[in-house]
Formats: sequence, structure tokens, C-alpha cells
Amino acid sequence: MALTNKTIQDKLREKFGEQVYAFEEPYGLLTFAADKDINLKVLNFLHQDEELNFVFLTDLCGVHYPDNKGKELGVVYHLHNLEQNIRVRMKIYTEVGKPEVFTATSIFMAANWMERETFDFFGINFLGHPNMKRILNVDEMDYSPLRKEFPVEDQSRVDKDDEMFGRDVIRAF
Amino acid sequence: MPFATSCCGIEFMSTMASHYDIGRYGSERLAFTPRQCDLLMVMGTISKKMGPVLRQVYVQMAEPRWVLAVGACASSGGIFDSYSVLQGIDQVVPVDVYVPGCPPRPEAFLDGLMRIQDLVGKESLRRRNSDHYKALLESYGIQ
Ligand code: SF4
Repeated sequence: MALTNKTIQDKLREKFGEQVYAFEEPYGLLTFAADKDINLKVLNFLHQDEELNFVFLTDLCGVHYPDNKGKELGVVYHLHNLEQNIRVRMKIYTEVGKPEVFTATSIFMAANWMERETFDFFGINFLGHPNMKRILNVDEMDYSPLRKEFPVEDQSRVDKDDEMFGRDVIRAF
Repeated sequence: MPFATSCCGIEFMSTMASHYDIGRYGSERLAFTPRQCDLLMVMGTISKKMGPVLRQVYVQMAEPRWVLAVGACASSGGIFDSYSVLQGIDQVVPVDVYVPGCPPRPEAFLDGLMRIQDLVGKESLRRRNSDHYKALLESYGIQ
């Protein structure tokens, strides 16, 4: 039987009740949010359930919404059911003051590097990750460059004229 | 020794190939080991993470050695004014000649090369022993 977005949504609702919410289907891709404490349970369910069978973690990334009080940092998981060629997207949110999320490495090995990347750029700490350190940026970097409070330009540069680069006119944020 | 990391490197390939042929300018033998080279040509964007690698390559070259920074990126960071890109390789190694452009045309590469050859021909044999030169290397923390 072909798996549909409706079936997935019903199964999740049945299992997790109100802890999964905000279902929507932009461009046919089932998207929902979950409480951050149960992220592993939901992922595990999506992975292990015979009918759902989402065995492949396509992507894992971070998002920063500075105005979303108490839910500033998001982690987004993209899962893929390879047999039926269906994808889902799950989002969890955490507050910026305590950016801690459980690691998905025990379920998907692929999460290892992607979580390190998310840690690198957004400073989200994945609890239980086997090797939580920067992956792409230099080790000496002491901030999370993709958080919105940091302008994209290099702050340490001294040789470029701000006015010529339009910097005192256009503020990044 | 070509150190080509991005688009300027592609331009360098055409400089190397038969149409422009860098070999005609006394630079026939490109080697891919720093130990046998006199000139380090840095072409392309150098990210901060690449900085130590570039420095290591420079350190492995034997004196006398020259450095040519090709393109806006190698000279100043170019359009990549961002947290991850080194704003000019002169932050990690001393540079002799800068070639402007994004990317520079092969003619500009050749001009840069010939200016290096000028330097090679005209600089004092003892320049490398001078206090000035030692202080320069010292300021980069080399040796
Ligand atoms: S200077 Fe321009 S062409 Fe050269 S590496 Fe940088 S972006 Fe590419």
C-alpha cells in the first residue's frame, strides 16, 4: 500500500498526540514540529516503524529565528523513505540560552558530521554526540557565524575602508 | 609551484596551456613539491582553514623563494568579505608581487611572472641576509 502524507500524519498523531504539531505540506512535503525532548523518540519511530520505514537521513541543519522568543534555534531533519520515495521534514526548537538537543547519531550515523556542522555554525550542543567539535571552521573561532547577531563580514579585518564597502550605511541586522 | 584553489586556478591553466604557454617565459618546469620550487604562485580564495597549509608550503620551500599573489582573493580576500576567508595571503606569508583582477587575464599572470623575474634578476644577493628581511620573516613568525 502506498504511503501517503495523511497516513504518516495520522500515525504520528496517534503515537505522540499533541507533542507533534504544526503539520503542513508545502509543495507536498509533509512538515511538522515536535517537542525537543522527544526528538529521538519521533526519529526512532519514523525509522523503525515497518510501514513508515524512513531509513535515510537526507539532511540535518540549524536555523536561527532571533524574534521567536524561547524557540530561537531550530534543528531541521529531512528523512527519506527510499522504497516509496517519500520525504518528511521534522523541526524542533530550542531556546538560545540553553541550546541543547539530543544527538541523533545513535539512530542515523549520518547525523555525526551534520550535527558537528550545526554545532559549528549555530552553537547548538548535541548531547551525547561522540565528537562534538568544529568541523568546517577554524578551531580558534570563538563564535557561531551563522547566528543572526553576527554580520557575515569578517570582523577582524583592518585593511578595508568601511565607507567604500557601504558598511556604515547598510547594517546587516 | 602553483597553489591553485579556485577560479583563478582555471585561468592559470589557460596561461599554462599552449595558447599563452607560460613556458615561453622561462617558467617551463612547474613542480608540485615546494622543496624544488623558487616561486609560490597563489591563485584563488584562501579560507582561514587553508591558511596554515599555505604557510606550511611556504616554510618548506628553500631560500631564495618568491611569492606571487594572483587575483583579488589571494591579494585581499576579494569579493569574499566573510568570516571564513583569509583577507589576503599576506596575513600568513610575505608576498613579492600582487596581480590584480578577478580573475586576471593570462597576460596579467605573465606580467606578474616577469616582474618576479625582474626582482630575481635585480635584487641583491645578500638581501636574504639583511636585518630587514629577517625582521620581515620574524613578523610572520617564520624561522
Ligand atoms: S579573484 Fe576572482 S577569479 Fe580569482 S579566485 Fe577570487 S573570485 Fe575567483
